[in-house]
Amino acid sequence: MSRTFLGMPATAPRGVGHLRGDEPFPAAARRGLADPQLRRNLGHATTTIRAKSGAVIRELPDWEQLRAAGSAIKADVLARLPELLEQLEAAVTAAGGTVHWAADAVAANRIVTDLVAATGSDRVIKVKSMATQEIGLNEALEAAGITAVETDLAELIVQLGEDRPSHILVPAIHRNRAEIREIFLRAMPGVDPGLTDDPAALAAAARRYLRQTFLTTPVAVSGANFAVAETGTLAVVESEGNGRMCVTLPETLITVMGVEKVVPTWRDLEVFLQLLPRASTGERMNPYTSMWTGVTPGDGPQAFHLVLLDNGRSAVLADEVGRQALHCIRCSACLNVCPVYERAGGHAYGSVYPGPIGAVLSPQLTGVADNASLPYASTLCGACYDACPVKINIPELLVHLRDRAPHPRAEAAAMAAAAYVMDRPALYAAAQRGARLSRLAGRRGRGLPPPLSGWTIGRDLPQPPPRTFREWWARR
Amino acid sequence: MVGTPVNGRDEVLARLRAARGAAPAAPAEVPRAYRPAGAAADVDLLVRRLTDYRATVHRCDADAAAQPADAVARVVDAVLGGRRVVVPPGLPAGWLPGTVDAVTDDGLTAGQIAAVDGVVTAAAVAVAETGTVVLDGAPDQGRRIITLLPDVHVCVLRTDQVVAGVPDAVARLDPRRPLTWISGPSATSDIELDRVEGVHGPRNLHVVLLPPAPRG
Repeated sequence: MSRTFLGMPATAPRGVGHLRGDEPFPAAARRGLADPQLRRNLGHATTTIRAKSGAVIRELPDWEQLRAAGSAIKADVLARLPELLEQLEAAVTAAGGTVHWAADAVAANRIVTDLVAATGSDRVIKVKSMATQEIGLNEALEAAGITAVETDLAELIVQLGEDRPSHILVPAIHRNRAEIREIFLRAMPGVDPGLTDDPAALAAAARRYLRQTFLTTPVAVSGANFAVAETGTLAVVESEGNGRMCVTLPETLITVMGVEKVVPTWRDLEVFLQLLPRASTGERMNPYTSMWTGVTPGDGPQAFHLVLLDNGRSAVLADEVGRQALHCIRCSACLNVCPVYERAGGHAYGSVYPGPIGAVLSPQLTGVADNASLPYASTLCGACYDACPVKINIPELLVHLRDRAPHPRAEAAAMAAAAYVMDRPALYAAAQRGARLSRLAGRRGRGLPPPLSGWTIGRDLPQPPPRTFREWWARR
Repeated sequence: MVGTPVNGRDEVLARLRAARGAAPAAPAEVPRAYRPAGAAADVDLLVRRLTDYRATVHRCDADAAAQPADAVARVVDAVLGGRRVVVPPGLPAGWLPGTVDAVTDDGLTAGQIAAVDGVVTAAAVAVAETGTVVLDGAPDQGRRIITLLPDVHVCVLRTDQVVAGVPDAVARLDPRRPLTWISGPSATSDIELDRVEGVHGPRNLHVVLLPPAPRG
């Protein structure tokens, strides 16, 4: 059966990974909105990052030219994606690496699990990677008896707190220092009971806790920020040094990368290495960027595996409007400027990709029917488009996806009825007089009765005027 | 198709080809109207940017041009005197003072490297605008592991290795070498998006700036 469909673009399969929430966005958002601590933490964090990012972006006189170049490079990548991936494969292979292809999360998890099992290790160290979160790799490894240790500080906070990530860049953004201290005291083996909530002390506790694990684990799993087709070079951008540990210390390195992360030429990195840090952490450059090409004899891992992941990306590529979501370089600038994200929090989106980019990427990866509420998780204010360093027109995508999302039958019936009435002047005038009668029925802003009440949950119903324009005109 | 095993490679490529539609004839022309490589490097800017991200900069004046090795040794003595230091096999002669207990990396284990206090290396290139030093694994910089585990990194730069911006650095570097771009000491912004120095990499970065190498 599957052979019949070989070659058809496909969405990410159900039942594996973290692209679908348990409930629609409005229901999940209500919980976030009711949590004042969460809103305070998010408000503080997003305000801080907006100021930092804005300051370092203003330092560059050519930010807009860099955005234009970044957007054009990504459009070119999508137009030549199969060819660039073949070129990347050839370059990585020539440099001593091995390339694997995974059609979906199930295939990718199996490939990585088999590779780890072949080394004989029952533990891997991981550097933060959206792709491996997306496919639920940690759960798959655990099912095979392999422990995955997250080494990014925020990921560690999430893992020790048995929590879920809520931000692309800072997965524990919903936690403040006091909460992090409590999590460490409760769940970090060997932690100093006198630990304070000073961020430097919390970072030092993570350093002590993970150092021995770094030195003794023979396999690491990473994601990739960029892969250069021309040279086979992989790049991981990070801050703490845990990424350097993972790509340097183990004997075996396994990198899982969404297919859209390929860039054509080495020179293209001159664009993205300027865009990403300033848009993401608000730094001129992040503390550490590691680049490697296959295997370097005597330096770093002597076995390198690159897993190229589709998992719904082919379905996104098939939509000529929607495919620009694949430009995303995971900077999270759109989250930090979004009034909806800032109030609802990342968990409300149900997917590992929250915020505006998540609202357009998740429904496309899964098929719109599986994330039908996400294209509505926005006011269409457009701040995300302005902030995006690769100029993804997120508002345009949201509207496009709303059009493709299944609409309730009552809505279609109401729209058809409105069209019928508006086509007939006598009926329309009667309807307007009828609407005026509702002034007698209740106070301003009162909701509509079921089944139309859904419309007025989050909106005031406009007050009908005492006299319509047509009546006023007729009496002049 | 019948009898052909479905492998992941064929499947992914076939899906992407079907999704993408007709192949373009050639790579698209990318508008590169941003500032290109080639501007003069501003060493003072590099110093400000390094300092801004909590690296310590040691500038050696013109007097040091005659004896740059002595200038480096004085800094290493001040920073790491009396402590254990690992160095790459190609470290220039004379950079180490007699006061440090130095071990050359000739294939040391991770445990041995983790046990030393500091590391002294050269660098490949530095980017003034971003305050970045790049290592490329040349013999005077060594394996990536030696600049990762010790808590103090003394990195020696000549001012002729400083370039203006990121495009200049990309043009100078060889992607076939393992590259590490370093901008200040290890840091995190994971707690309330507040940058704090010191997680897993060296918590102390010292950059020694030397005059250009003599010609010839």
